[in-house]
Amino acid sequence: MSVFEDVKKIIIEIKDLPEESITLESRFEEDLEADSLDIVEMLMSLEELYDIQIPEEATEGMKTVREVVEYISALLGRDA
Amino acid sequence: MNEQVAIVTGSSRGIGKAIGLQLARDGFKVVVNYKHNLEQADQVLAEIQAAGGQGIVVGADVSNPEDAQHLVDTAVQTYGRVDVLVNNAGINKDQLMIRISDEEWHQLIHTNLDSAFYCSRAVLRQMMKKRYGRIINISSVVGISGNTGQAHYAAAKSGLLGFTFSLAQEYGNRGITANVVAPGFIQSDMTAALSPEQSAKIQMGIAVGRLGTPEDVAATVAFLASPQAGYINGQVIRVDGGMSSI
Repeated sequence: MSVFEDVKKIIIEIKDLPEESITLESRFEEDLEADSLDIVEMLMSLEELYDIQIPEEATEGMKTVREVVEYISALLGRDA
Repeated sequence: MNEQVAIVTGSSRGIGKAIGLQLARDGFKVVVNYKHNLEQADQVLAEIQAAGGQGIVVGADVSNPEDAQHLVDTAVQTYGRVDVLVNNAGINKDQLMIRISDEEWHQLIHTNLDSAFYCSRAVLRQMMKKRYGRIINISSVVGISGNTGQAHYAAAKSGLLGFTFSLAQEYGNRGITANVVAPGFIQSDMTAALSPEQSAKIQMGIAVGRLGTPEDVAATVAFLASPQAGYINGQVIRVDGGMSSI
């Protein structure tokens, strides 16, 4: 599964949103109505899934799904 | 049939034991936690099982973050979930403030307050995932009004209030509630050491005219631990018989 698919699946679990509502361009706050706790939950799930550590500073400015997917992909050294 | 799981820290004796027994009667699988006394903890479990309940015993010093994590991990590994956390573990060492050593101060804060943070943090993850949880912190009336000889104890017990209010706000929309139970004068090993005169004097200040029992506290905790208590969040419930002083 691609990183985007994983991220999408985790967001669906957390926010109970229809799959088609989540795109790479989705903004967490405005489009997905995700609060800071939702985002932390997502990042913790990703850390668990990939067995990685995501430093808090790295994610502070992230506003869209794309930014998270690209960051994780770079960290894993694979395609988004 | 209640499939829910409850961890009660410091439940080998006293109030913690009464809470563990009550939750087991209510159908919770109870994780009995002790720091020093395995024998007493085993006895609590035996009582639970004799009454038809279920549980396990886990040794952990919850003032240590690794131990707190181990306690929660063991509960999750055993039962697959934790629905209720009762932060009850605590110690007391009366001393006039002017004579409290640095070490005593830190020890009291550490054991009574840090432990609640370590255990709560450890359970939050899976409570968040399930969108359900009940965290009940056992404070004391002295955490609300202070008491001579208990500056460190009262500070830690007050600290639990602010901690609980914050928990309640941060996780309320995840189905997780957090509340404080503040017992007053409860019969215990400590009060057993009082002289009849001292005991009579204390009772004069209690409207219902008796000392509380661990079961009085346990009944309140059991209510807050129930699914029915889901709209009670960030509250402090005094279980003190209506004390006029402290």
